[in-house]
Amino acid sequence: MTTITVLAPASSGTDRIRRRRRRSFVAALPFVLPGLAIVLVFVVWPLIKGVQMSLFHWNLPRPERSEFVGLDNFVRALTDDPTFWVATRNTVLYAVITVPAQMALGLFAAVLLTGKLRGRTVFRALYYLPVVTSWLVVSFVFAFLFSDGPGPVNYLLVDILGLRADPVPWLHQTWTAQLPIMLLGIWKGIGWNMVMFLAALQSIPPELYEAARIDGANTWQRFRRITMPLLQPTFQFVSVVLIIGAFNVFLSVYLLTGGGPERSTEVLLSYMYNQAFTGLDFGYGVTIGLLLGGAVLVLGFLQRRIMRGSVDY
Amino acid sequence: MATIKPAPVDTPPASVEHGSSPAATNRRGVTSGPLGWRIVRYVALTLGAIVMVLPFGYMVGTALSPERWVMPYPPTLWPAGATLRNFGRALTEAGLARYALNSVIVSLVAVALTVAISALSAYGFARIEFPGREAIFGFYLVTMMIPDMIALLPRFQVLRDFGMTNSWTGLWAIYTSGAVAFNTFLLRSFFLRIPAEIEDATRIDGGGHWTFFTRIVLPLSKPAIATVAVFAFLGAWDDFWWARLLLQDPGLRTLPIGIQLFFNAHATQWTTVFAATTLASLPEILIFIVLQRYFVDGMYTGGLRG
Repeated sequence: MTTITVLAPASSGTDRIRRRRRRSFVAALPFVLPGLAIVLVFVVWPLIKGVQMSLFHWNLPRPERSEFVGLDNFVRALTDDPTFWVATRNTVLYAVITVPAQMALGLFAAVLLTGKLRGRTVFRALYYLPVVTSWLVVSFVFAFLFSDGPGPVNYLLVDILGLRADPVPWLHQTWTAQLPIMLLGIWKGIGWNMVMFLAALQSIPPELYEAARIDGANTWQRFRRITMPLLQPTFQFVSVVLIIGAFNVFLSVYLLTGGGPERSTEVLLSYMYNQAFTGLDFGYGVTIGLLLGGAVLVLGFLQRRIMRGSVDY
Repeated sequence: MATIKPAPVDTPPASVEHGSSPAATNRRGVTSGPLGWRIVRYVALTLGAIVMVLPFGYMVGTALSPERWVMPYPPTLWPAGATLRNFGRALTEAGLARYALNSVIVSLVAVALTVAISALSAYGFARIEFPGREAIFGFYLVTMMIPDMIALLPRFQVLRDFGMTNSWTGLWAIYTSGAVAFNTFLLRSFFLRIPAEIEDATRIDGGGHWTFFTRIVLPLSKPAIATVAVFAFLGAWDDFWWARLLLQDPGLRTLPIGIQLFFNAHATQWTTVFAATTLASLPEILIFIVLQRYFVDGMYTGGLRG
């Protein structure tokens, strides 16, 4: 505003500009206001509210009776709550395993699907099917596949392959439960990764491969020296999205194990939920959410910093 | 691979889309020829496809079972005497018919609200210059980067403050507000591409922003609007958490809640549960099949469903 005032030669001109600006604001209001209003009320305000809530022993039915506890909730999470760290460990482990696995398998599928191939559309559709199905449905399906007694996986292990004498209680042990949870995450994510990498692969000019072939590069060399570097931006984007997604793992854990046995399979969001709605400790739940969100933001920032250096191509 | 005979010269190498003929074999004589590569590809892709589809196979197979199994043994993909009886049970005993109707209403209203608010907002940012435009748009981009989950509990508290719990209004508030920033971002880039000459022409004919928006911009942006609509629908149709947190009144419950409640109540009566989940997945799968091109060729690459 000020620059325009300075630049405007005469006061009448300034007025005109002001008037036009005001008019454009009026013109924009009906378009912009509804969206802005709900974003402010239901997205921004809760964030502010969340910071406030985290400083209280929050009383959900009667918020005005909440007891101010300062940073106690944060101190408790970081120093005095082993389950918080169990949940953190499980969440990080989930990210560390499912993110690279999804990317590798998705890229593999994309490479197989690039170029002429009969039935390509069908394959693509089948690989993408788990992506469009809801988490609720596929979580039930995996609960079924890995159920204790004669579920299909146990049936395969015990009756068909004879690898084990007794069925494995998959979902009722800390470490065996990680398998269905992670497999579900990977299985459901492959299709999305495939689509992202397919799009990137198709944008690589075929002349590059042509030239490399004439220079005598074999398939692996072409993949390693042309495809991989050119996919770098896609890797970067996909990994950011996937890491955020992995830290938000929630419904599958909630439905497959409920966080049990003895909270040992809890992830941060399921723990947050349980603290808030089972333990009725809302302020502490909010704190866990804030810590998680803060960690995701910092990770995203770091990732961008680190990867920026290597993208210059 | 190396043992497979050299490729016929006239077939372009499979690994390159616009490959100009002959060199499927490189200088060293190592064959990366179409036949070998093609076999490897088909075998790998087929194995992968089986892994991707098998879980659904068990779901449908169990749902078709003629018995009321807790757990069919041995697990089958196509039970003897397959029947649709479980689907009837799911609709009546589990009360899914009502929940499905609720889900349809909730989702369609969510679509209407999301499309309306997002399109208006995107038009404002794309086509009208107003003070603070860049700042607000930048602010939207920032909110997109903040993980949703931070604010799950505070949003619940805010909805309580407004008396929006136990109502569909609360759901709509959550669904639409969460989508505004991303959809504004998505649609804005579409709206920006419409040439200014058309806008000038509208203006000369006496039309204002509203005319231009409804007569020109919206009709020209159908694919983008459709994308926003589809994902708004899927988001609302799939939503479990908010529906679960907000809706206490049984008459208001949506499909995902109905299925989970039925699952909890009947321990693991998988035959009926899977009939229910199969029914609940149908709209998603139908939409996906019809609009496959949009999903897979990925204009929508924002990763909301990552």
